[in-house]
Amino acid sequence: MRALVGRVLALLPILFGLSLLSFTLLALVPGDPVTAMLGLEADPAAVATLRAKFALDQPFPVRFGAWMLHVLQGDLGRSIQTGRPVLGMVAVALGPTLELAAAALVVSLCIALPAGIVAATRRNRAADFAVSIAALCGLSLPSFWLAILLILGLSIGVPLFPSSGYAAFTADPLQALHHLALPAATLGVALAAATMRMTRAAMLEVLPADYIRTAEAKGLTPRRVVWRHALRNALIPIVTLVGIQLGQLLGGVVVTETVFSWPGIGKLTVDAIFARDYPVVQGAILVTATLFVLINLATDIVCVALDPRQRAG
Amino acid sequence: MRRDPRNALGVALVAIVVAAALAGPALTPFGPEQPDFAATLSPPSSLHPLGTDDLGRDVLSRILTGARVSLLVGFGSVAGACAIGAPVGLVCGAFGGWLDRVLMRCMDVLLAFPGILLALGVTAALGASATNAALAIALVNLPVFARIARAQAQLVAAMDYVAAGRAVGLSERAILLTCIAPNALSPILVQASLLLASSIITESYLSFLGLGVQPPTPTWGNMLHDAVGFLDQASWLAWFPGIAIFLTVLGFNLLGDGLRDRLDPRSAKTA
Repeated sequence: MRALVGRVLALLPILFGLSLLSFTLLALVPGDPVTAMLGLEADPAAVATLRAKFALDQPFPVRFGAWMLHVLQGDLGRSIQTGRPVLGMVAVALGPTLELAAAALVVSLCIALPAGIVAATRRNRAADFAVSIAALCGLSLPSFWLAILLILGLSIGVPLFPSSGYAAFTADPLQALHHLALPAATLGVALAAATMRMTRAAMLEVLPADYIRTAEAKGLTPRRVVWRHALRNALIPIVTLVGIQLGQLLGGVVVTETVFSWPGIGKLTVDAIFARDYPVVQGAILVTATLFVLINLATDIVCVALDPRQRAG
Repeated sequence: MRRDPRNALGVALVAIVVAAALAGPALTPFGPEQPDFAATLSPPSSLHPLGTDDLGRDVLSRILTGARVSLLVGFGSVAGACAIGAPVGLVCGAFGGWLDRVLMRCMDVLLAFPGILLALGVTAALGASATNAALAIALVNLPVFARIARAQAQLVAAMDYVAAGRAVGLSERAILLTCIAPNALSPILVQASLLLASSIITESYLSFLGLGVQPPTPTWGNMLHDAVGFLDQASWLAWFPGIAIFLTVLGFNLLGDGLRDRLDPRSAKTA
């Protein structure tokens, strides 16, 4: 418990740093950020309003302090394009992104766990070699290219799945799964490569252990030995990696969401960048990075729960 | 390293891409930005082995020019990140203290951003260009080098030969430069090779999104971006730049794995 409190307290400077860096992004815009956002021929009144709103005549620490005060109250500002609160826009976009991330994780685990286990139990045989090659290819495959190939094959070649769009689960679950298939497959395959490697390595560490030999000597079936005894003990590094990947997914979805026109936080960020809607860019980046940090913390907690040695320590 | 066919394949792929980047544009009969409106969207043929795009530009010439851009941004961003991150990590690991704590917290903040998101934020603020893409990717890579160099410096600093160096009266600076840095280099080199692969992918992401190198200069990423509009008419536009990225990244990944097996056998065992 004390370690957990320490871990949470250690997050505070990181979260402060995230906020500072997100705020600094606007200060990095060359020239006048208001002109960059509204254009050279903008209405002078609008320019003056926005300039006052961002307090650009104030020194940087004062502006950052004022912005931070608003952020702590849940106010990430308003979109320049739509006038809507940024927090609301990010919250709406977060739902589809989390749906996509969860589906991608399921696809990834369905591929990676069996493949990693097969590779470890048939070490240095054809299956192991095939899994190693597949993992290396997966690591080298840019996800947006895979997305394009899936659209070519399964939307244009054989029109099984839509190439873009989104349907909410609450409205029509079947349609939602139909739309989710290709984006989830794209991200899932990309994630599976690293998990496959980690599963193989973790299983290879565990399989020669005495308790596995004991389980075999008791006459348990090989399937039970592998899934109940070996995999359970190999899970800690796998869970750590999956946690890190889930966080990385929040960044990785940017390109996939853009290719499939998926209305998540990645597409919101890219659209806001092109619209020069910097409050939305700042807000989306801050929320995503904060979630990333919190997911890493949750991963640590799950690992402690899974590993009695860490609990004792 | 020579005995493993995977390493040989990695070296061969990287050599081909580097050779293509250096000599390719001079060998092709067409300029990468030279349109031919009589031959738009031509499928692969003897005249245009990889076909042409919607403006009749030769896809092979553009891929070869794109190799140069991808490698320049990739090498530039990794070299920049290594040049700053590795010395920072070495100093922090070797000497510790308040400087270590402050600098490593800064690195933790950079690591707390998903890489592509940080790169997007920086290019969004600075503007889309090759230099800014390289800067953004370097910023993503910087904390990785700092962390690895710091960990390695801490390991080396505890060795007997470093204590012996101190005993014979070497200054801290001399110990860092002659005892710690040379013995901490291997994992940094391995990481550089693996980060080259991820940097090339990140550059292609940025270009694909329109935030990297700007048209008409061809990059593999912006070629794929253009291909999306013609998937049902000209699928070769999507195949060839993607294959180029895939083989290049595969080459650097294989090379990185091979280097790790040779230079850093401890981490190779756990990979």
